Amino acid sequence: MADIINMKDAEALAAEWGIDTSQIDFDSIELPPGEDFGIISDDEDVYQEEQLDSDTGFGNVIVVDNLPVVPLEKFEKLEGVVRKIYTQIGVIKEDGLWMPVDSKTNKTLGYCFIEYNTPQEAELAKEKTNGYRLDKSHFFAVNMFDDFDRFMRVPDEWVAPEIKPYVPGENLQHWLTDEKARDQFVIRAGTDTEVFWNDARHLKPDPVYKRTYWTESYVQWSPLGTYLATVHRQGAAVWGGATTFNRLMRYAHPQVKLIDFSPGEKYLVTYSSHEPSNPRDANRVVINIFDVRTGKVMRDFKGSADEFAIGGAGGVTGVSWPVFRWGGGKDDKYFAKLGKNMISVYETETFSLIDKKSMKIENVMDFTWSPADPIIALFVPELGGGNQPARVSLVQIPGKQELRQKNLFSVSDCKMYWQSCGDYLAVKVDRYTKTKKSTYTGFELFRIKERDIPIEVLELENKNDKIIAFAWEPKGHRFAVIHGDGPRPDVSFYSMKTAQHSGRVSKLTTLKGKQANALFWSPSGHYVILAGMKGFNGQLEFYNVDELETMATAEHFMATDVDWDPTGRYVATAVTSVHHEMENGFNIWSFNGKLLYRTLKDHFFQYQWRPRPPSFLSAEKEEEIAKNLKKYSKKYEAEDQDVSLLLSEQDREKRRLLKKEWEDWVNRWQRLHEEEKLERQKLRDGEASDEEEEYEAKEVEVEEVLDVSEEVVSFE
Amino acid sequence: MRPILMKGHERPLTFLKYNREGDLLFSCAKDHTPTVWFADDGERLGTYRGHNGAVWSCDVSRDSTRLITASADQTAKLWNVQTGEQLHTFNFDSPARSVDFSVGDNLAVITTDPFMAFTSAIHVKRIASDPSEQTGDSVLVLKGPQGRINRAVWGPLNRTIISAGEDSIIRRWDTETGKLLQESEPEVGHTKQITSLAKSADGSHFVTGSLDKSAKLWDIRDLSLIKTYVTERPVNAVTMSPLLDHVVLGGGQDASSVTTTDHRAGKFEAKFFDKILQEEIGGVKGHFGPINALAFNPDGKSFSSGGEDGYVRLHHFDPDYFSIKI
Repeated sequence: MADIINMKDAEALAAEWGIDTSQIDFDSIELPPGEDFGIISDDEDVYQEEQLDSDTGFGNVIVVDNLPVVPLEKFEKLEGVVRKIYTQIGVIKEDGLWMPVDSKTNKTLGYCFIEYNTPQEAELAKEKTNGYRLDKSHFFAVNMFDDFDRFMRVPDEWVAPEIKPYVPGENLQHWLTDEKARDQFVIRAGTDTEVFWNDARHLKPDPVYKRTYWTESYVQWSPLGTYLATVHRQGAAVWGGATTFNRLMRYAHPQVKLIDFSPGEKYLVTYSSHEPSNPRDANRVVINIFDVRTGKVMRDFKGSADEFAIGGAGGVTGVSWPVFRWGGGKDDKYFAKLGKNMISVYETETFSLIDKKSMKIENVMDFTWSPADPIIALFVPELGGGNQPARVSLVQIPGKQELRQKNLFSVSDCKMYWQSCGDYLAVKVDRYTKTKKSTYTGFELFRIKERDIPIEVLELENKNDKIIAFAWEPKGHRFAVIHGDGPRPDVSFYSMKTAQHSGRVSKLTTLKGKQANALFWSPSGHYVILAGMKGFNGQLEFYNVDELETMATAEHFMATDVDWDPTGRYVATAVTSVHHEMENGFNIWSFNGKLLYRTLKDHFFQYQWRPRPPSFLSAEKEEEIAKNLKKYSKKYEAEDQDVSLLLSEQDREKRRLLKKEWEDWVNRWQRLHEEEKLERQKLRDGEASDEEEEYEAKEVEVEEVLDVSEEVVSFE
Repeated sequence: MRPILMKGHERPLTFLKYNREGDLLFSCAKDHTPTVWFADDGERLGTYRGHNGAVWSCDVSRDSTRLITASADQTAKLWNVQTGEQLHTFNFDSPARSVDFSVGDNLAVITTDPFMAFTSAIHVKRIASDPSEQTGDSVLVLKGPQGRINRAVWGPLNRTIISAGEDSIIRRWDTETGKLLQESEPEVGHTKQITSLAKSADGSHFVTGSLDKSAKLWDIRDLSLIKTYVTERPVNAVTMSPLLDHVVLGGGQDASSVTTTDHRAGKFEAKFFDKILQEEIGGVKGHFGPINALAFNPDGKSFSSGGEDGYVRLHHFDPDYFSIKI
């Protein structure tokens, strides 16, 4: 094994041997398999897949079999044909096509090797041309070069796999049993990824786990909080536990860009997009759906980016994420993708299309799943210059029957907002005015759970108001709208059922002239933050919708993110470096707008609370608790008090210690200072005083002669 | 009380210094004329004309008769405080950055910047009591630190010199032998350029401000770190109250990026910290650019700040300042 030498020595050595190091691409050097020259890879996550590529370095070579056997005269012609076929798929490396010739018969052997620039191209070539019909009797058989090796190694005798003893795993829900009922959050700043408890009582984050270079792009909690997913170049990984964060599973997907969990966190969707070697082609997109627990690929989708671009005709911006939207609540039963004039709905039992075919819907623009039930709401714009009206339909899955449909006229755009329990659907409709020069906005409100799904139309008092934000109260029946034209828009609250009007939407209140452009409801409802992000410099108003009163107003200057903790007790506001490099960090607030603590972090990228799974309590039980809150809260109030007492005690003690330490230091100094007094006096020519106050202030009048001039004054 | 705005400089302020009695305030700026003001009402008393470059720093003798200034015109000048007359000019090969009179005012330490082929240096000059006998010879020249030395001050009994600068290390030199006695521990020290250094009134400790967004308090005898004050902006200027245990930090966003953001984003406040508890007490807003200079009146009842905006703001404390409890 070679000794490790540093770069400087290496360069000196290279110069000695007459090697120009600037000509060498060090990244392209491949070490022989199994040899690392004593340089241990610092990446423990080098995946099997990756190793396959580098094992032989032949990951981008394919073998094309079943070629015609031709004599030398026809060699060039055949080579030309093969080259033509395969350059259509990707760029063949220089001298990358090799067709061996039998030296005895001077005929080709009926197969050839083709080397591409990337393994992706090679794989694509294999996929596309395997079974390609050259003529009547020649069907190509294409294989990856590496596959030969791999299949050759399969032993002939079957050996029973060893059954590993069962090792009980860690309780992945352990973090929920925190004695102090705290919540966790993850942050990314610089190269560090850290998980903390939000210790609001002690007014500080309590570190749980920290790791440098944990991810190569970003991290994400699974929707129920069980896993933390990290994204790497070779794929994604999930980690779990309350404090240990052991790796539970890896999902190989080279150059993965985006990931998405299904709502019940059974499946993980990973996405990557690869530059085509021919710049005229669209990017190649690979999407894998993994089973989170077994790590098995359940289904993969490959194709050009155009096929995954949503919005039918659009697709200018490329793929919109998530490509697959999950439906049917937490059971992860269905997922669907928008395509050109169709919606493809898959079910997860077989991972195939329901009824083996997509739903054909002419010109469909957008669809959303109900968060609770297998219902799709979809929007189709006007067709034929307004002859065929636009419509919003609700479609039941898997039956695909239409539950409700509403035709809409002179529509420019629609946006659909589901309430979190799937009870209501609000459709924001932008309509053209008669002149078609401008648009105005109204809402169509669907009551999903009621018989025949009644629809109501809601229009704002001032029709010309632009809608800046809309949000349903989670688990509730109210919603908030920011609307207005000027720099200080209004905020209105509506309810789908009030005591007076049980079946009709009614307005609760309008707040005039607010500096807000975003709405953040508490996950438990009742409270909402009216936030002025970006242009409004991070204004925050904590509003109680039950009492219709403002609880607090505050500011987190330049805040870019607002995130409620899953229980609705605390709110985090963050300034991430994506928008703003100054004062990166996060603040934690109580639900009623009291600033609890702030943390500054340079290069702050990401803040995310660890989600909690839904409560096991029944609705009745929850109501009972809400009613008798006093009784239940006693215990916690006592705890709060204890902590705050302890804190102030600790604080006092700390201050006392600091003061004492300082006094000791000052005394030590004083002694030395006294000892040196005489010497100091000598330096000052005998001036005795050290004390700055001891000088005498004397009023001295100074008269200064600036100029003397003589003038002859004559007397008359 | 409302601060007194002193507009006399046309360019950003660089340094502020009170005399011992606290009745005069000397200000240096990137324009070429150091100015003296009445420290009570902010009335301009006079200017010292003669420099031909930005003036980086100054010091005034204990009896308030001599002023020494360091300038980018590669000179340090000795002035008669009262008349504004130039008494002597020390010539260097590179811009002079900081000056400090020793105890007894018989010596002055002057630092010079690295310039062309010259490295940075610390010069010790003897200050003659009779200006006519003044010579330009250096008693001692210290060299070694990489990069600019932003500040050098005398240690106890003039036996040591403390220097700090661009390489973020604080050094203690022997004035007798010229040897480097000690360097601050890199583990506890600053991580970026040290921009400012201020001694306590009794000279027992000093505070350094750095672009790493912190200020640190050090023992002047053994360079042990006593306290650290963490803030959210680069620190350009530091000072300590002679009366209460307060440290004041000034600074802000780099001047070059000021115009690109909201003025609040720059954080041009002077921040007060409790010296012992290291906790922030409050802030004084006002400047429209980073604060470059801070000085406390020796009586502890007022302080002044000089900004990139060219203003000196003189703040007299309200009575309730003296009863702050945290």
